[in-house]
Amino acid sequence: MTPTQFREIEGRSGGFFALLCTLVLLVLAGLGAAWHMEHEGHHVTGMSNRIVWGTPHVFAVFLIVAASGALNVASIASVFGRDLYKPLARLSGLLAVALLAGGLSVLVLDLGRPDRLIVAMTHYNFKSIFAWNIFLYTGFFAVVAVYLWTMFERRMNSHSARAGLLAFVWRLVLTTGTGSIFGFLVARETYNSALLAPLFIVMSFSFGLAVFTLVLMASFRGTGRALGDALIARLTRLLGLFVAAVLYFVLVYHLTNLYIARHHEVERFILLGGGIYTALFWIGQVLVGGVIPLALVFRPGASRSRTAAAAGCVIAGGLAQLYVLIIGGQAFPQALFPGKEVASSFFDGVVASYSPSLAEIALGTGGMALALALTVVGLKVLPFLPQSLSDAAIDPAET
Amino acid sequence: MSLGRREFLAWGTAATAGAALAPVISLVELAQARSPEEAASSLRRWGLLIDITKCADCDECVTACHTENGVANNGRPRTDAQWIRKVNLRDKRTAVAQTLPLMCQHCEDPPCVDVCPTGASFKRDDGIVLVDKHTCIGCRYCVMACPYGARSFVHETVTGQRPDVPRGKGTVESCTLCVHRVDRGDAPACVEACNRDGGKAMLFGDLNDASAEIHRRLHAEPSAQVRADLALDTGVRYQGL
Ligand code: SF4
Repeated sequence: MTPTQFREIEGRSGGFFALLCTLVLLVLAGLGAAWHMEHEGHHVTGMSNRIVWGTPHVFAVFLIVAASGALNVASIASVFGRDLYKPLARLSGLLAVALLAGGLSVLVLDLGRPDRLIVAMTHYNFKSIFAWNIFLYTGFFAVVAVYLWTMFERRMNSHSARAGLLAFVWRLVLTTGTGSIFGFLVARETYNSALLAPLFIVMSFSFGLAVFTLVLMASFRGTGRALGDALIARLTRLLGLFVAAVLYFVLVYHLTNLYIARHHEVERFILLGGGIYTALFWIGQVLVGGVIPLALVFRPGASRSRTAAAAGCVIAGGLAQLYVLIIGGQAFPQALFPGKEVASSFFDGVVASYSPSLAEIALGTGGMALALALTVVGLKVLPFLPQSLSDAAIDPAET
Repeated sequence: MSLGRREFLAWGTAATAGAALAPVISLVELAQARSPEEAASSLRRWGLLIDITKCADCDECVTACHTENGVANNGRPRTDAQWIRKVNLRDKRTAVAQTLPLMCQHCEDPPCVDVCPTGASFKRDDGIVLVDKHTCIGCRYCVMACPYGARSFVHETVTGQRPDVPRGKGTVESCTLCVHRVDRGDAPACVEACNRDGGKAMLFGDLNDASAEIHRRLHAEPSAQVRADLALDTGVRYQGL
């Protein structure tokens, strides 16, 4: 196997600038939306006192979860010693950092007081899993940066495996932390499950790989570099595996909930009578995010468009899944007085209404655009992408 | 019947002594009241006892609270702050109806305090759970964590603020047990209103003070916590649930 040659992308074509301009415009729209929400107050959004975390959180959590998953490809190369994936490790690290930056931006801009970010950085309540996450996120940037450095700098190459291991462990802890934000909410039936942390980990594998595969295919196509079928086939099969794992965990999650009597009502809500949430669960999360990608991936005879479609479905289904989890979980009324019907001016006892406002969607997509823009710029300024990933260029023994 | 000289003298002495003692007694009372600068003491635990069999179909407590604390109604029920609300209950099997006021339950182990990343949510030594308006970043995690729906996020610019009650757009707030009144020795506004114009269902006091009526009643009569299963040891207790 010849050593992989990396090279920056040209970034001079009209297509490149059009892409960058579109992304920048989306980022600006997101910033405008955030300013509007802060200036007017959150009453201009679809959020309320019952649904305090809205669409921005759906996007932010998706991006953060996908960020740690995107690093997986690098981990497979360095931690599990699969040489086939080695040339992909740099892109994997770049995407991880970019996705996390996009997600955190959305999270911060959706705060009631984003101007107090410095307070969040200087006042810590160590009992709060949220405070721990702040460390985990900033640490993730640092760890991945070091990891990338060991890959870029020839002198440091020998440390790459160790840095990769650290990054791998860090990302597992980080995703556990993200899942625990919900898992620690004792008072909410929907989130009260030990399965949430492992579920988040398999979700991150799946979402992260979907984003990675799409970006890889798009960037190689856009720059006219060769991308071999063998590699695509590998990634596709891996994606299928992760999608199946997510479906499995979702199944177990709901089965255990069905076993616990006090969770029956919330299960009936999500699975049967929850209107938009039930629809998003079955059509968005299970069908589009699970069944269709599985069918696409495991149908004999590979095709790139099918892989791309599967990855797109996983992303759409993942957003639906987080929407059901985050917003559906709040819409379902908390059990204040078990055994009694409750009614109040605070909409106790009824399913809270919520419809996302344009500003929230703009903020969320702005975060996605930021992640992609950072990736594109990264590809242009540093040699992240291999010059060729043709079947001949990668280890034939591995394929 | 006339007073004999002896008796006259005895009564007279007693009256004089009483008159002389009165200011001393009020001085003692004054000494017991807290000055605003005095730190909250963990010897105390402020709390409420609400007898819902007396709670009528009124909302005096809600009005009094929102007036006292300058919580305005902007005509947007989904986003307007509510520090206290009336909750109507109906038993699913027996259809028996009840009504009660619900507010921050001032837990001994408050989930909102545990989850708050900056420590803006905190519990004073005397048990009152508050939000520091200067360090709250408006992440709303505490709202997610509260089992009682007791917290509101300030969704728009605040108007008509009361000098004693800081509020601010983009932060979270909830019942303060009228901490500004408690610190000057008064009862919370809801309790005062309930006992003046309502069903006289609410009692305020120090749960740790053996001489306080709330302490006596809690030790003599049955009472309940909302979501007692969560073991949060609430400072607000109910009777007749
Ligand atoms: S909204 Fe404010 S008080 Fe509540 S958890 Fe966040 S920072 Fe703490």
